[in-house]
Amino acid sequence: MPGYDTSEHDVLVIGAGGAGLRAAIEASARGARVGLVCKSLLGKAHTVMAEGGIAAALANVDDRDNWQVHFADTMRGGQYVNNWRMAELHAKEAPDRVRELERWGAVFDRTDDGRILQRNFGGHRYPRLAHVGDRTGLEMIRTLQDHGIHQGIDVHMECTIVRLLKDGGRVTGAFGYERERGRFRVFRAKAIVLATGGIGRAFRITSNSWEYTGDGHTLAYDAGAELMDMEFVQFHPTGMVWPPSVRGILVTEGVRGEGGVLLNSEGRRFMFDDIPENYRSQTADNAEEGWRYTQGDRSARRPPELLTRDHVSRCIMREVRAGRGSPHGGVYLDISWIKSRLPSGAEHIRKKLPSMYHQFKQLADLDITDAPMEVGPTTHYVMGGVRVDGDTQMSSVPGLFAAGECAAGINGANRLGGNSLSDLLVFGKRAGEHAADYAAGRQLGEVPAPEVEESARRALEPFERGTGGEGPYQVQYALQDAMQDLVGIVRNEPEMRRALDVLADLRARAAQVGVGGHREYNPAWHAALDLHNLLTVSEAVTRSAIERQESRGGHFRDDFPEKDPACATFNLVVRRNDDGSMQMSRVPIPRMPDELRRVIEDMK
Amino acid sequence: MAESATFRIWRGDTAGGGFQDYTTSVSEGMVVLDAVHQIQAQQAGDLAVRWNCKAGKCGSCSAEVNGNPRLMCMTRLNQLDLSAPVTVEPMRAFPLVRDLVTDVSWNYRAKQGIRPFRARPAGADGTWRMAQVDAERVQEFRKCIECFLCQDVCHVLRDHRMFDDFAGPRHMVYAAALEMNPLDADDRVRDLRARHGIGYCNITKCCTKVCPEGITITDNAIIPLKERVVDRLYDPVTRLLRLLRGGGDV
Ligand SMILES: Cc1cc2nc3c(=O)[nH]c(=O)nc-3n(C[C@H](O)[C@H](O)[C@H](O)COP(=O)(O)OP(=O)(O)OC[C@H]3O[C@@H](n4cnc5c(N)ncnc54)[C@H](O)[C@@H]3O)c2cc1C
Ligand code: SF4
Ligand code: SF4
Ligand code: FES
Repeated sequence: MPGYDTSEHDVLVIGAGGAGLRAAIEASARGARVGLVCKSLLGKAHTVMAEGGIAAALANVDDRDNWQVHFADTMRGGQYVNNWRMAELHAKEAPDRVRELERWGAVFDRTDDGRILQRNFGGHRYPRLAHVGDRTGLEMIRTLQDHGIHQGIDVHMECTIVRLLKDGGRVTGAFGYERERGRFRVFRAKAIVLATGGIGRAFRITSNSWEYTGDGHTLAYDAGAELMDMEFVQFHPTGMVWPPSVRGILVTEGVRGEGGVLLNSEGRRFMFDDIPENYRSQTADNAEEGWRYTQGDRSARRPPELLTRDHVSRCIMREVRAGRGSPHGGVYLDISWIKSRLPSGAEHIRKKLPSMYHQFKQLADLDITDAPMEVGPTTHYVMGGVRVDGDTQMSSVPGLFAAGECAAGINGANRLGGNSLSDLLVFGKRAGEHAADYAAGRQLGEVPAPEVEESARRALEPFERGTGGEGPYQVQYALQDAMQDLVGIVRNEPEMRRALDVLADLRARAAQVGVGGHREYNPAWHAALDLHNLLTVSEAVTRSAIERQESRGGHFRDDFPEKDPACATFNLVVRRNDDGSMQMSRVPIPRMPDELRRVIEDMK
Repeated sequence: MAESATFRIWRGDTAGGGFQDYTTSVSEGMVVLDAVHQIQAQQAGDLAVRWNCKAGKCGSCSAEVNGNPRLMCMTRLNQLDLSAPVTVEPMRAFPLVRDLVTDVSWNYRAKQGIRPFRARPAGADGTWRMAQVDAERVQEFRKCIECFLCQDVCHVLRDHRMFDDFAGPRHMVYAAALEMNPLDADDRVRDLRARHGIGYCNITKCCTKVCPEGITITDNAIIPLKERVVDRLYDPVTRLLRLLRGGGDV
């Protein structure tokens, strides 16, 4: 492309978290020339923040575990609107992907006989999460990074893609800018894998970093691909609530897995008060049994603190609204009580949860071995994403693949903890493999010059308006407030209609934002360019949430508080009309093969 | 806590620059990165800063706060004297990009020069066994978040600019994690001396003092590696150290 710095690859992977790195490694192993683009430095993607672990039925700690149980747990957690084929492949292939990480140098915590140790987590029937203390994501991303840098992959760091380019129906390249100098870049590729993560920055209270502005979702949508399940956003029950500057930062579920309990201001373990019917047979009904479960007693059932995230979040909201919350609007999470059960309890907590210990000590002046933490729900993960084929990860746009958090399907209405890291590996690998195969028989396509020129012109508009225009941060904050307050944990139609009006208004404001300064490493400019993505995913979430007139998984409506069996038969899909408006459709869920049905029945 | 504070932030690029004062409101629990973001949102939209996790996990937000190498997201304002301006400047060992952002790409190149992990053959069942104690020794090093603060303070790099000769403390930690991994079958001892310049480290321990992950870089990583080098090759500093410790069998 004349006038632009242009690179050519067989496979271009956008995103260098777990999914993108694994895809790049696989495509490269298959002989493709691979380019890997990421907004931040290598090794800093969101995956680095994952704490609790990676779910795989290795059966190292409990030999009753196997892929069937993992599959059934994932489907139950997702309230049966998952792409069952993905849930099946994920459960079957995750163990190999974890062992592969060990072959590439990951050092997991060990069992007494020296195998990979696994821990309990919400919604998983047996201890299933391979982990490294509470910094599993760091171990995973560093292992993939350190392996990947020796595979001949071209890495383009601190480079943001703002548009996918197509020729005919097929994707042929991508257009973006380098942070450091602000220069534009064109990438030509035979196949593209999106691995850009989530959308958490569309909400005010979130555990997600600045990168999570729904870029991949929007790139795919703008290129004509479909987004599915966008109403399903996961609010993690335990984020920090105090002090204000750390509000939203995650407190790992591992705290509850190690025996931490949730208490209201009256000191009551309120999670015992509401145990959903379909989990009752698996859930302890007294504190003693719950404790034994966390200590590995195989005959005990799991404590209600380890019910699925959507349920625990709503129980916390209920306590807070009933006036039984903690001083700063959360509830208490207490792990210090285990000192009464374990002689070296404090030491045990520091060893099992080192980064939680430091996080509270340094950011909240609180010693978690001594006092309870204050926690409340925080926007954490999006189940919705690019609609893909379960086996190949290809979207409806030929040559465009998606994997990891930005793809939909595996999690249905609610993701189980630990199922993301395994998802990244299983489907990252598959996307890399199929993208390389797709690229193999093909030539590079044309990248349309007018589209490139138009993208470049549009990207520079905020500078033309200069600091005279409204700043991008004000629009961003207004959007986050609207989504948090109107399309958050508890939803209803009037509020969501209001949200659509606000979003329309914000779109008009976004078209007028201005920034000062130069193109070199200019955060205001980047924030201005992100607004289009945030607005697009927010609209998709809101429209889908209005359309689903029931409560299921991460999606809860107080005007339709029950689950409706009639709604278990479809997924919601949005795509872009030619006039730019958003088209909504209900896509029937294909019938599950009898063999998988039986697995689910057997596990009930 | 005071209601507002002044931050003396370094602004500029390779062409030059200087400190600029910004006064902003402060509240309970704030960290330096919060203040920088607030200034960015309200007064200086183009103030360049790197960050991701805001929880000390990604190692992006390294800078020098009142002259001390720190993660901005883990430096609470109540640990600082707010009666005087708080200076915030980029890491000085690396080339400047703009404002608080530096070019740390050398670190990535240096790491690439170190022989990667190579697994020894797995057991009969296709998996490996490892004792928890052995895992823990390596896990200390694998906690590294690649903030490069240790590289920033190491005088071999910062003052003597020996980037071509010494891979720096971060990569000594990396090499130690590989060398002490019971599953690794490769050998980096010769390289450590000949290519990664372990001999240039004279055990000042400045790196250990700044590591936000509390990795005992010098005692647990560098010294044992130096001993391995000495056992095989020859290295004057370790020899001296051993003599002083009363060892002597060098
Ligand atoms: C605090 C926290 C703890 C968690 N703990 C767990 C856990 O214990 N277990 C678990 O299974 N899951 C956990 N999760 C969820 C899990 O970490 C994420 O879902 C997962 O890491 C996402 O990985 P990814 O590869 O899809 O994306 P990411 O790792 O987020 O990577 C996205 C990549 O895309 C790049 N990118 C984005 N947009 C663009 C663009 N426009 N141009 C170029 N590049 C772009 C980014 O720079 C980045 O490199 C946790 C999440 C959080 C926030
Ligand atoms: S101990 Fe060695 S590596 Fe660490 S700062 Fe001193 S000279 Fe550098
Ligand atoms: S060893 Fe410590 S100081 Fe050095 S890069 Fe790693 S975490 Fe940072
Ligand atoms: S922002 Fe991640 S360490 Fe500070």
